[in-house]
Amino acid sequence: MNEFIEFFSFADANIRFVTVGSVLLATSSAVVGCFTLLRKRALVGDAVAHAVLPGVCLAFMLSGTKNPFILLLGAFVTGWLSLITIDFITSRSRIKEDTAIALVLSVFFGIGILLLTAIQHSGNAAQSGLDKFLFGKAASLVGEDLIAFSMVAVLLLVTTILFYKELAMLCFDKAYAKTIGYPVRGLELLLTTLTVFAVVVGIQAVGVVLMAAMLITPAAAARFWTDKLSLMLVLAALIGAFSGVSGAYVSYTAPAMPTGPWIVLIVSMIAILSFAFAPGKGWVSRLLRQRRNKTLILEENLLKLLYHLGEEKQDFQTSYSLQQILEKRAIPKKQVSAGLSKLRKQGYIEKTPAGWQLTLQGQRRGERVVRLHRLWELYLTQYLQLASDHVHEDAETIEHIITPELEQRLMEELGYPVLDPHSARIP
Amino acid sequence: MIIQVENPVVEVHDLTVSYDRKPVLWGIDLTLPAGSLVGVIGPNGAGKSTLIKAMMDLLPAGSGYVRIFDKPIAEVRNRISYVPQRESVDWDFPASVFDVVLMGSYGKLGLFKRPRQADKDAAMEALQKVGMQGFANRQISQLSGGQQQRVFLARALAQNADIYFMDEPFAGVDIATETAIIELLRTMREQGKTVIVVHHDLQSATEYFDWVVLLNMRLVASGPAEQVLTQHLLEQTYGGKLTVLTKVGELLRKQEFPARES
Ligand SMILES: Nc1ncnc2c1ncn2[C@@H]1O[C@H](COP(=O)(O)OP(=O)(O)OP(=O)(O)O)[C@@H](O)[C@H]1O
Ligand SMILES: [Mg+2]
Repeated sequence: MNEFIEFFSFADANIRFVTVGSVLLATSSAVVGCFTLLRKRALVGDAVAHAVLPGVCLAFMLSGTKNPFILLLGAFVTGWLSLITIDFITSRSRIKEDTAIALVLSVFFGIGILLLTAIQHSGNAAQSGLDKFLFGKAASLVGEDLIAFSMVAVLLLVTTILFYKELAMLCFDKAYAKTIGYPVRGLELLLTTLTVFAVVVGIQAVGVVLMAAMLITPAAAARFWTDKLSLMLVLAALIGAFSGVSGAYVSYTAPAMPTGPWIVLIVSMIAILSFAFAPGKGWVSRLLRQRRNKTLILEENLLKLLYHLGEEKQDFQTSYSLQQILEKRAIPKKQVSAGLSKLRKQGYIEKTPAGWQLTLQGQRRGERVVRLHRLWELYLTQYLQLASDHVHEDAETIEHIITPELEQRLMEELGYPVLDPHSARIP
Repeated sequence: MIIQVENPVVEVHDLTVSYDRKPVLWGIDLTLPAGSLVGVIGPNGAGKSTLIKAMMDLLPAGSGYVRIFDKPIAEVRNRISYVPQRESVDWDFPASVFDVVLMGSYGKLGLFKRPRQADKDAAMEALQKVGMQGFANRQISQLSGGQQQRVFLARALAQNADIYFMDEPFAGVDIATETAIIELLRTMREQGKTVIVVHHDLQSATEYFDWVVLLNMRLVASGPAEQVLTQHLLEQTYGGKLTVLTKVGELLRKQEFPARES
């Protein structure tokens, strides 16, 4: 707990730097990642991420220093090279893009690991810390590194915002963009460059292995919450920022721990939660909706049933026992009991010594369901020319979803009818 | 029967287009008159979409050239509008109907500039013209096929171009909408605009178009509708695949042969 307070008071300058750095890296890659995702280049992002490792190693071997600019340059070069190779393979052979991506990813990453191992065994004292590029270490974001990476991150954010309209157009409808005279090739090049840069700066915090998750996951999570592109970018940025802070925190409290897996774990959790709980699209809200519908159907069916019984008797003030209700319609007993007690709570029915009885409001609502059922049957027979013995099943569902406006329309179109196709009175 | 016109809006000269070295359009030579409604007609796989795309320079020409308003297309982009086949984009994109229609103004706006109020008004007006004003804020994934088609049409209208290329704007729309759209196209023609439409229904073709282009891998006919839509020419267009032409195309691809020698 102490550590928590210590960290989030941001009293230590080092903590401030590391946090600001991680947040910048994470947000910039999250924002760029939105376009990468929408352009359907998520896998390419993964390939680039893995392909920067040999670049970093080569830059170190050739220069002998860990100057961040030189390492960045190396990463950038091999990142780009991997993209060109993917394009070359797909355009010049019958190999499909996904295969080409897998090929390039594994070859480049393999070479990277080879070089890294070679460096580690070379006895070069300066090499310590290079392995942080594998899984990331937010805490090492200090001094020169911090300045270099943050500058690139800010540049990425600014460029993406500047080209917002153009990138959106490119991702939605590339052919149309070209017909209105947009430099489509240039824009594609720009988006690719942004992706490579986002990966290159992000690896400092997350490492090459998990970088793709940092690029794509915030965007995918944000997509669940909104249908607006601008909002999606903001949400992705926020998710990125949050994961950046948590990465910095983990790196601070557990210095031996690589930050990448933690950051990725956190964004993945957010993505899973989004998948589950996002309104409208998440599965919980879908489940709730389905449940609500089910209860509604059960309740209205019970009211309808009691109304039917009343209709037969021409008296709605009679009580019916559970047994009588069950005989009328085959609904599991447990459901009927639950439905009845719920309806009683809502004031639509009353419990009397003899059983269950409709209240005035319950009678009205039951009447409405019956009316809708018969109206719909009539509508189907008149407008769709269905036989009158074919329409009952349909009406069973439709009666629960017709809105008052639709009901009005139905009444008008059918000319305020009195009898349904089975010659039952429409209440 | 290929009729050439004086002062054409579109001139296609000896155009050959290939996919992966396999030519699908061979030596197309045609001119289109200004201020007309042009129908491009042919069986599936005839190369109608390919012709439209090549005219708009979305596909590289293997040989030949296209001139619009007597200029290369790059110089007249802002006078041209394209309505792609609606399957060509992912409708799950996070955008509203209005966002998409607003894209119609992007060409004139140029890079970096954000749409102004006037562009938004124009977009709304275009939506009204296609009867979709009530859907402005609807997410595009929640549209029916016909509605998607109308959104694309509205985007093109918002562009306020002089020549329109439309790839099957009537695909998947109901009769009422089709009539409304054709009325719209006629109004545009009255204003002196040229509209080129890929179309599938032969029945309505005579009624809709002034000029008809019959296509089946090669140009079968190009001329006034009543002269072109004859039994004889239609049989030539629809009378089975040109098997030899297809086979030769396959050979060119397999042997990696250039379609033209130079
Ligand atoms: N991207 C592509 N790569 C390879 N071949 C293609 C491609 N697009 C189209 N073709 C081929 O080119 C030919 C013409 O296609 P095109 O789409 O122009 O036909 P169309 O007349 O528009 O057909 P439809 O009526 O079905 O829309 C077809 O044989 C098709 O298989
Ligand atoms: Mg087509």
